[in-house]
Amino acid sequence: MRKLLFESLIRPPLTERPPQVSDAAVDELARALDGVARKRLGRSLSIRAVDAGSCNGCELEMHALNNAFYDIERFGFRFVASPRHADMLLVTGPVTKNMREALKRTFDATPNPKWVVALGDCAKDGGCFAGSYAIVGGVSDVVPVDLHIPGCPPAPIEILKGLIALLDGANGKAGAAKG
Amino acid sequence: MRMTRKNMPALADLVEAGRRIEHHIPWPRAVVPPKAWNVAVEQLADGRWSLLGLWGEPDKVHMALLDEALDIGVISLDCRGGRYPSVGQYHPPALRLERAAADLFGLAPQGLPDTRRWLDHGQWGVSHPLAAQPGGPAAAASYRFLAAEGESLHQIAVGPVHAGIIEPGHFRFTAGGETVVRLEERLGYVHKGIEGLMRGASIDRAARLAGRTSGDSTVAYSLAFARAVEVALGITPPPRATWLRALMAELERLANHLGDIGAICNDAAFAIMHAHCGVLRERVLRAADAAFGHRLMRDRILPGGTASDLSEAGASAIRSLVAEIRQRFSHLVELYDNTASLQDRTVATGRLTVELARQYAAGGYVGRASGRDFDARRMPGYAPYDQLAFDVPVLQEGDVNARVWIRVREVEQSLSLVEQILGRLPAGPTLVEVEADNAADEPREGMALVEGFRGDILVWLRIGGDGLVKRCHLRDPSWFQWPLLEAAIEGNIVADFPICNKSFNCSYSGQDL
Repeated sequence: MRKLLFESLIRPPLTERPPQVSDAAVDELARALDGVARKRLGRSLSIRAVDAGSCNGCELEMHALNNAFYDIERFGFRFVASPRHADMLLVTGPVTKNMREALKRTFDATPNPKWVVALGDCAKDGGCFAGSYAIVGGVSDVVPVDLHIPGCPPAPIEILKGLIALLDGANGKAGAAKG
Repeated sequence: MRMTRKNMPALADLVEAGRRIEHHIPWPRAVVPPKAWNVAVEQLADGRWSLLGLWGEPDKVHMALLDEALDIGVISLDCRGGRYPSVGQYHPPALRLERAAADLFGLAPQGLPDTRRWLDHGQWGVSHPLAAQPGGPAAAASYRFLAAEGESLHQIAVGPVHAGIIEPGHFRFTAGGETVVRLEERLGYVHKGIEGLMRGASIDRAARLAGRTSGDSTVAYSLAFARAVEVALGITPPPRATWLRALMAELERLANHLGDIGAICNDAAFAIMHAHCGVLRERVLRAADAAFGHRLMRDRILPGGTASDLSEAGASAIRSLVAEIRQRFSHLVELYDNTASLQDRTVATGRLTVELARQYAAGGYVGRASGRDFDARRMPGYAPYDQLAFDVPVLQEGDVNARVWIRVREVEQSLSLVEQILGRLPAGPTLVEVEADNAADEPREGMALVEGFRGDILVWLRIGGDGLVKRCHLRDPSWFQWPLLEAAIEGNIVADFPICNKSFNCSYSGQDL
């Protein structure tokens, strides 16, 4: 173990540069955010992941956010164990009818102010599962959604871009939105 | 020995005695009388045969079997009035499959000891959605968990929304102090109705759905679906496609095993393994992206071949990947092996007996860590693995540690397979057109068994004369692994559940469908 730790000291870091905020995400965000809440949160955001019916592909890429390349915690984002600790729900999957109630309850258990980010193509409108007897539809059919990050699954860098946009409103558009 | 063997029926005899279905490829299927069905159930109950799958249709039930001579076949039973003799009453591995078929098709297994609904939580607004005539909404009755009796027992209810980034499911623990007396799983939360969506779907759409059954096994599912379509329609994919598919399958196995090894150690609070394995996993996904244009290689395998070819740049990305893993992984294995505090958590924890693994025909690392050496790449086998050299590691201990070591050995095997494939990749096209229409108007059935990282995935389908999918069943390896987790955790402490669960790493989405 000593050797591994020592190597880690002398090897250059693997961590990527912070990504540029994606414009599409910023536009959606402009509608979703107001400056007050951003000020209140500063640069820290606690995320509760909710799989409401996903195939688990989105979860894999969410996990990747914690690896050395993306190192999501350097931005102040942290995955937390309970909705009661969360500022934001990151919801994946077409919402199944069997998960509708659990998603609602998780939302209700999250204190205000709170945001909901729908992650992946299925989370928008049910994706390729729309129309099934077992599917409600997209996340917004059950709880209000502030931001949608598309992809099947979205690559970690895309998720990061969306989340940073949500928090930073980097190019000022966000602040102007409600003004 | 030989004398008794002679009297044992072979699967082939049962199939022979039944009404053979013409277009069922590559293994035979026959509609059998109840008597023959019961003979098969007896063989299962006596531990001579293995259950590979059990699925319904509006008026039939099918069972895929593996007999002692390692022959595979499907037997089907007409269900008069929706009834058939339960398999699960004598052979418990069939229980959940029968409960699922009851929920979806309204089939009533006679004698089924557990008649609680499994996938149907009373939320669909319809009951028996895939039956010829679906019923009215089922009442959302509360679920009766199995009882445990004893002094000072308490229950812990966990889920469906869990603390980590994982899929939803409910675990009901009954514990005496710290020790788990009984774990009961309740699944079905992510049931999406995939088999319902498959009905009447074009082959393209069905392939997309199959690739989204369990996201971590998207390559394996796409491959299994493509192979089932191809055998049904008599299509041979180009040789280059066959080899590229195996390349993708091994990359998927590498990514998942590396992720799992790290995550298991993380559940013992040994984060350095998690960090380093996470880096290697990310390298695999990036190489996959460079080589095939998608990190998880989703929708890259199609019926008829592959969606993308491998460029020289892609091949060299994979070569450097193999070199990096070879250089770094051995140090991590050494670290795992030499850390007593970590071994203390994994050795003798969550032990699954050889007998149970065999009874449930557990696939993948769950089976192989408990003495069952089944690997679909070797038996029944499929191209190009018949031309590749690889070992199937097997251990007997059945604990978390053994499941880690099986993964370690399989990482090594996959690295070697990737190198062999890159060295011998044939040239040529990668896709042939799939002509699904046929003048004969006959339905054609195909079946495939493919080794995903988690174990063998079974796909069975029927394509109609119009070229549309009439029925498709996808059986995740988790069906036979989830129940074993309940057994493995018994007598362990509650705090060891995460590490046991991760060492099984069953798919929720794959079993819920």
